[in-house]
Amino acid sequence: MAALSDALLVVAMLGYLVAMICYAAVYAFGDRGAVARVATRELVGAGGPPVVEVVEEVRKPAVPGRVSWAGRIAAAVLVLAGVAQIGSLIFRGVAGDRLPWGNMYEYVLAATSVAAVAWIVVMVQRPALRHLGLYVALTQVVLLGVAALFLYVPVGPLVPALDSYWLAIHVTAVAISSGVFLIGFVPAGLFLIRSGWDNGKAGFPFTLGERLPTAAVLERLSFRLHAFAFPIWTFGALIAGPIWAEAAWGRYWGWDPKEVWAFISWIVYAGYLHARATPSVKKTTATWIAVLGFLTMLMNLFGVNLFFTGLHSYGGL
Amino acid sequence: MTATETRPAPPEAPRPPGWGGFLVGAARGLWRQLTSMRTALVLLFLLAVASIPGSVLPQSNVAIEQVQQYYRDHPTLAPWIERVDGFNVFGSPWFAAIYLLLFTSLIGCVIPRLRDHYRAIRSVPPNVPARLDRLPQHASAADHDGDIEGVAAALRKQRWRVAVRGDTVSAEKGYLKETGNLVFHVSLLAVLVAVALGSWYGWHGNRILVTGKDSSFCNSLQQYDEAKLGPRVDEGKLPPFCMTLDDFEATYQTSGQPKEFRASVTVEGDGPTRAASFSVNDPLRLDGASVYLLGHGYAPILRYTDRFGQTQTKEGPFLSTDEMQTSTGAISFPDANVDPATGKRDASLQMGFDGIYMPTAPDQAPFVTSRFPAEENPALLLTAYRGNLGLDAGIPSSVYRLDQAQIDAGRLKPVGEGKLLKPGETWTLDDGSTVQFVGTKEYATLSVRHDPGQGIALVAAVLALGGLMGSLFGKRRRVFFRLTSPSPTSSSRLLEAGGLPRTDYPGFAEEFASTVAAVREKKT
Ligand code: HEM
Repeated sequence: MAALSDALLVVAMLGYLVAMICYAAVYAFGDRGAVARVATRELVGAGGPPVVEVVEEVRKPAVPGRVSWAGRIAAAVLVLAGVAQIGSLIFRGVAGDRLPWGNMYEYVLAATSVAAVAWIVVMVQRPALRHLGLYVALTQVVLLGVAALFLYVPVGPLVPALDSYWLAIHVTAVAISSGVFLIGFVPAGLFLIRSGWDNGKAGFPFTLGERLPTAAVLERLSFRLHAFAFPIWTFGALIAGPIWAEAAWGRYWGWDPKEVWAFISWIVYAGYLHARATPSVKKTTATWIAVLGFLTMLMNLFGVNLFFTGLHSYGGL
Repeated sequence: MTATETRPAPPEAPRPPGWGGFLVGAARGLWRQLTSMRTALVLLFLLAVASIPGSVLPQSNVAIEQVQQYYRDHPTLAPWIERVDGFNVFGSPWFAAIYLLLFTSLIGCVIPRLRDHYRAIRSVPPNVPARLDRLPQHASAADHDGDIEGVAAALRKQRWRVAVRGDTVSAEKGYLKETGNLVFHVSLLAVLVAVALGSWYGWHGNRILVTGKDSSFCNSLQQYDEAKLGPRVDEGKLPPFCMTLDDFEATYQTSGQPKEFRASVTVEGDGPTRAASFSVNDPLRLDGASVYLLGHGYAPILRYTDRFGQTQTKEGPFLSTDEMQTSTGAISFPDANVDPATGKRDASLQMGFDGIYMPTAPDQAPFVTSRFPAEENPALLLTAYRGNLGLDAGIPSSVYRLDQAQIDAGRLKPVGEGKLLKPGETWTLDDGSTVQFVGTKEYATLSVRHDPGQGIALVAAVLALGGLMGSLFGKRRRVFFRLTSPSPTSSSRLLEAGGLPRTDYPGFAEEFASTVAAVREKKT
């Protein structure tokens, strides 16, 4: 079972790589015009909110056949990679006969699996945004690569510190919300690129903006994902975490490094939602705060675990 | 969290003339500044930034040893950090200043909003605007055959708050947004109150408890290795209980990874005397205190027979230094070698031992690390020192090591080489005195705590989350309907509708359409 789990992880990583290549082909041969037209039709057809998806003028005559095939393959491979990734997580759990998020490797695997699911949901609901799969696949490959190379530990039972049903509650909630924040980060970053492009910025990342969905669409998606993840995060890190901490360490809050950074992330994301809801704050400013929020999450996951010693021991690292 | 409506500035109160007036005006301006949304946001971020050093620098309330280590590593920098409270960030005046300002700002922002919201909830939706087609959503139908009461009924059924005036209906929905928002902010204030309660009326103590009746301890300040009482806690009123560690059980995987720790204790004074057991993640709940199992280790027992034949037995908890429970510690015999004939103590003949205890010692040298955390091949690598232990100097010293200053100064000298002892083995020193490694006892590191604020904090946090969801996902919006008859005779009339989302609400067009449809269907 453990071997199967490891093999599936490799499958998932290869899948994401293949998806990346397909997406890159779509970008390179650019049927954005064709896709944009389809996308607009789909958006309206889905009876979605009245997002004003400006129909992009066709920048290049599309080569519809071949390129849209590449896009479709990319999406399919990405879904397969996600399935393999979730399979890897499940078999890890079966092998250890416990919830598979009891150490840092497993935590990264679980959170990125949530991200995969979140992305599939986004793709189904907003087919127009399929193209962003390139960035999703990229993020996934990087995180899974880091997990496999630096964090891997063999399957084992839980240490007593983690042997609690709060593992199921606290860690599940933070893994879900981290996964969704991860997916929220993608449109947030792309929105910044796109609005830079719209404002006439040339030069690298902004040139990518040309092929991206409109700024409004990206911004709204980013907000939706963050607004979805934030309450779960609050519950997981700032309610369930402290309840567990009370039982495990005797105090519900003690400014342990992990707690400090959970607090920081919470403030930053709360600041984002706050700023987003304040009409006088520019959407780009608000979105920068969301990006900052994601950086604090990364800091909490990697920085705090690797550089600081705290009570939040990750078993096996 | 959201401020989509900007409250009109309250009318400027007439300002008394002169300096007093200037001060009042300045204070009012400051207050308005402090309670503005922007200030709250800035303070919030400042709080986040201010807490970063608390995670980078060791904190004395969390890990005092690390702070001491920091002092040794950075002797010039450390006092400066100390001066700006860098080792006590979360208790520092500047951190407190930020959050107190933030909460003042919150209060200043919440109270007027509570008042406004209370009025809004009690007030009726406003009059229908003259031009419904100016609103973001608009619809009309020339052939409506119901009356205005039918429109109102349909809206009420969809839980709109409705006001009928003549042939018009105004309706509003989504008060939950502001309600949730206020609940959220008030709950945050409650969390602060809970934390304050906890620090005033809470207390905790840590204690290493060795197994056996001789080492049992009672809940009083003197019996803790380290304790802290809140300023409002009466030392004499700590819950009166005593506890004996009867047994400590630790089980391990073959890899040495721990499986389970469990402490079995006898508790007296907390109701009838009873046996209880607790473990990591599963504390012992007593009346007015909880007991948490934080760690465990071994306490070797030494029997020292001095040159005059006097025997003393002592145990000393050793601190584990790695996952395999390699443990280091020291045991001192300050009263050794007192001549029984004269009763004279010779301060240069005190004895101290420091050692490395390995629950499972390797088969061959070097004997420095244990191979397994359970006692499968226990051995103690002991070094003996004779001389002045330096205990009388009045400087508090660690019980886990001998005074290094005394050793460096040559006042405490090693006796022979180190010696590896198995349980029961005896080592004869150069002066004929002997030391026997009797065996070990297990000990548990316990934390005893009471925090009266934690229940409130939990309730407040849950309410805050609920309020937050309401405020994030609630949407305030209004719809208006007007019925007009083109001519007094015709039975079907013109129904005009308008909709106004008062917060960012992308799905409003659909809701408006379905509301209009529902109103149209409703016949009277
Ligand atoms: C960014 C925020 C957080 C993340 C990503 C996170 C993640 C995790 C993970 C993955 C575990 C599994 C155990 C492990 O491998 O160590 C865990 C355990 C735990 N968490 Fe958190 N957590 C966060 C915040 C918090 C907070 C704020 C608290 C308490 C105030 C808390 C309390 C606990 C406790 C008590 C445990 C179990 C004991 C232990 O690890 O030794 N966590 N957390």
